[in-house]
Amino acid sequence: MSEAMVAHQSHPDDSKSILGFWIYIMTDCVLFASLFAVFAVMRNATFGGPNGHELFSLPFVLAETMLLLTSSFTCGLMVLAGRVRSKQWVMLALGVTFLLGLSFVCLEVSEFRHLVIEGNSWRRSGFLSAYFTLVATHGLHVSIGLLWLVVNGWRIVKRGLGDVTQKRLTLFSLFWHFLDIIWIIIFSMVYLVGVR
Amino acid sequence: MFHFASALTGRMNMQAFPRDTITAGGALSMVFALIAIAAFLTYKKRWKWLWKEWLTSLDPKRIGVMYIIVALVMLLRGLGDVLLIRTQQATSVGSSHGILNSDHFQQIFSAHGSIMIFFVAMGLMFGLINLILPLHIGARDVAFPFLNSVAFWLFVAGMALMNLSIIFGEFSAAGWLAYPPLSELQYSPGVGVDYWIWSLQIAGVGSLLSGVNFLTTIFKMRAPGMTMMKMPIFVWSVLCSMLLVVFAFPILTVTLALLYFDRSLGMHFFTSTGGGNPMMYVNLIWAWGHPEVYILVLPAFGIYSEVVATFARKRLFGYKSMVWALGAITFLSFSVWLHHFFTMGAGADVNAFFGIMTMVIAVPTGVKIFNWLFTMYHGRILFATPMLWFMGFIATFTVGGVAGVLMAVPPADFQIHNSLFLVAHFHTMIIGGVVFGYFAGITYWFPKIFGFKLNERLGRYAFWSWLVGFLLAFIPLYILGFMGATRRLDHYSASEGWQGLFIVAGVGVLFVLLGVGFQILQFIVSIIQRKQNIDATGDPWNGRTLEWSAPSPVPFYNFTTIPEVHSRDAFWETKRAKISMPPRYEDITLPKNSPMGIFIAAFAFMVGFGCIWHIVWLIVLGLIGVVITVLVRSADEDTEETTTAAEVKRLDRVARKVAA
Repeated sequence: MSEAMVAHQSHPDDSKSILGFWIYIMTDCVLFASLFAVFAVMRNATFGGPNGHELFSLPFVLAETMLLLTSSFTCGLMVLAGRVRSKQWVMLALGVTFLLGLSFVCLEVSEFRHLVIEGNSWRRSGFLSAYFTLVATHGLHVSIGLLWLVVNGWRIVKRGLGDVTQKRLTLFSLFWHFLDIIWIIIFSMVYLVGVR
Repeated sequence: MFHFASALTGRMNMQAFPRDTITAGGALSMVFALIAIAAFLTYKKRWKWLWKEWLTSLDPKRIGVMYIIVALVMLLRGLGDVLLIRTQQATSVGSSHGILNSDHFQQIFSAHGSIMIFFVAMGLMFGLINLILPLHIGARDVAFPFLNSVAFWLFVAGMALMNLSIIFGEFSAAGWLAYPPLSELQYSPGVGVDYWIWSLQIAGVGSLLSGVNFLTTIFKMRAPGMTMMKMPIFVWSVLCSMLLVVFAFPILTVTLALLYFDRSLGMHFFTSTGGGNPMMYVNLIWAWGHPEVYILVLPAFGIYSEVVATFARKRLFGYKSMVWALGAITFLSFSVWLHHFFTMGAGADVNAFFGIMTMVIAVPTGVKIFNWLFTMYHGRILFATPMLWFMGFIATFTVGGVAGVLMAVPPADFQIHNSLFLVAHFHTMIIGGVVFGYFAGITYWFPKIFGFKLNERLGRYAFWSWLVGFLLAFIPLYILGFMGATRRLDHYSASEGWQGLFIVAGVGVLFVLLGVGFQILQFIVSIIQRKQNIDATGDPWNGRTLEWSAPSPVPFYNFTTIPEVHSRDAFWETKRAKISMPPRYEDITLPKNSPMGIFIAAFAFMVGFGCIWHIVWLIVLGLIGVVITVLVRSADEDTEETTTAAEVKRLDRVARKVAA
């Protein structure tokens, strides 16, 4: 009885944060939508420099994509493990998600490095400015997600799997899946269309 | 050694301090004002009180009051700019070149526009929403009180950066929206545009957080029984305005970031070389900027709706059509942005589409005007100050709206694009629509927050001075626009015959200043005579909505018991049915004060300052600071405190002046 009452009391607070977080995600959607629109305008503004066809390698990007998609899957597992209050499975899934996400960021950084070394940095053309800004904004979001994941992991080690932690894992998974969707649009719009 | 210095201080040097008398005067007066305030607080030993009761408060009423104070101070700054602009224009004719050089004149009108929109209008809006929204929906707080404090302090950080540009460096000379390629590094190599970018960027992030916060508040925290169609119209207007914030402000964030990348990282989004596309900037900034106009004016519409129903002693006419009109405006406001640049040359079809949409958006606005008029019809109207502001609004706003529809016709717009006619039009909308609305709101709700009414006589003087000043200042501008005077003009030939009208416009500004003087006097006199104007009932205007059911000044917990709502105008219906509920008391849990919002904003300020002056270590330090303060706050689970039912009972009896 008393537990049910506690659950009842804590519920509206959770629903507030979850709705608030959805609204925040909506603002992020608009942010990326603006960047996509900018990219669409700048796609052919290569100013005599290379275009996507000359720059992008699909197998490499496919590897990045698979890493991120798999991390979304393990992130889902993490939330499921949280529901059954299994601390070690949560930590395992969290660790795998982190490693996959980190590998994604590393691959992205190495791709950027490669481009810059070959003289195709963001200064080269409007197209490359838009490309770097769009993809790096996504990468920055993933990196912030990784930091958040570490904080969540640390919290679970310190304080176990309480209600607050559960809620934060749920919010994190919303964020992570959202970044996945954004990446799929980047993959299609920047790379798939770009290499043609 | 040279490299070390540039790493330490970026592109700063002694040249950054002001070198002409007018800027130096402005800078010095700001510094002296700050020193005077600090000295006063020290003398009165009020620092601790200020910190504990106000600066760290998470109470939306306190945050609201702080927003309004900052906004009113910025209003004075913005008016100071106006005085310089109009003096220049009245005197800089023919062989005389006035008091300002061109570059300084450009900085001043850029600062005037940015300050008035971002730090006056937005500040008054968020202030009033904070004060009234929770009370209006029968809640004790907003959904995310801490986020609210962060948003406010980010607003302050943005404001501080903008004003710092006077003392240290320079401000943007590229207009209030900084169109490229002028705002690009090639043509504006100084720090001015960067100041503009970062003060707006930081304040804009604050606005975005507020948008998320208030939307969640409206969706999740309404009193039991208050369905969407029973919400006061002000709440609907805030809902629509915050939806616009959530959809529009991310576009601003992106646009400002891209402009900064162009300037600092050598990118080519809006440059005239390298494949950049300056017109993309103009599209992006107005895709935010046009909704922004509605973000500002919709809550003002909400205030007018509350004021007119209260002072006409009648139910608001056409509630449902009001709601639909708000919704329609919200939706349509994203489909008219191109009317700001018909002259871009997008082609006849595109211009025709946006021209027609612009005329269409006038329809729901017209619906609202008629609803307000019908509310007054057969009402017993009490001409208190808030009602005067409303009447002034109806008259001026309609004229301004008609001028807007005129400009919605692309061929007509080609004639008056960027002329003073346009300047007169949007000032009519912003002053007559937005500013009058917020003044009405401040006068109307002042007794609820502070427990005494503002002096009515001085309020009337202020209103009439403002109205006369406004008409004198802007009717000449409509005429000058037709005569061919362009905006942002710092010098013209005597043969144009414009000087007389410019002098009249300048006299108008003096009348507006007189109005502001009366307002300041009104605050001072009302505070001194507060005993005479005390609001003992909590319902000084015979109000209709829930906030008037609480005692004045409203206690920090707003309501002892969360009210149950059965109809629109919930409090009016309770009064009419003569229902008086015996008070019940319960434990009330509210958030504790927190200084973390101030710290987060201080670190954000460092990031902004570092980005402006290219000081890498400061940017890194600021970013690390932001992350750490956020983490520290999120690890803190002891963020609330409970007031016991017995204590609430005692406080309530004191507030209602009931003998124990």
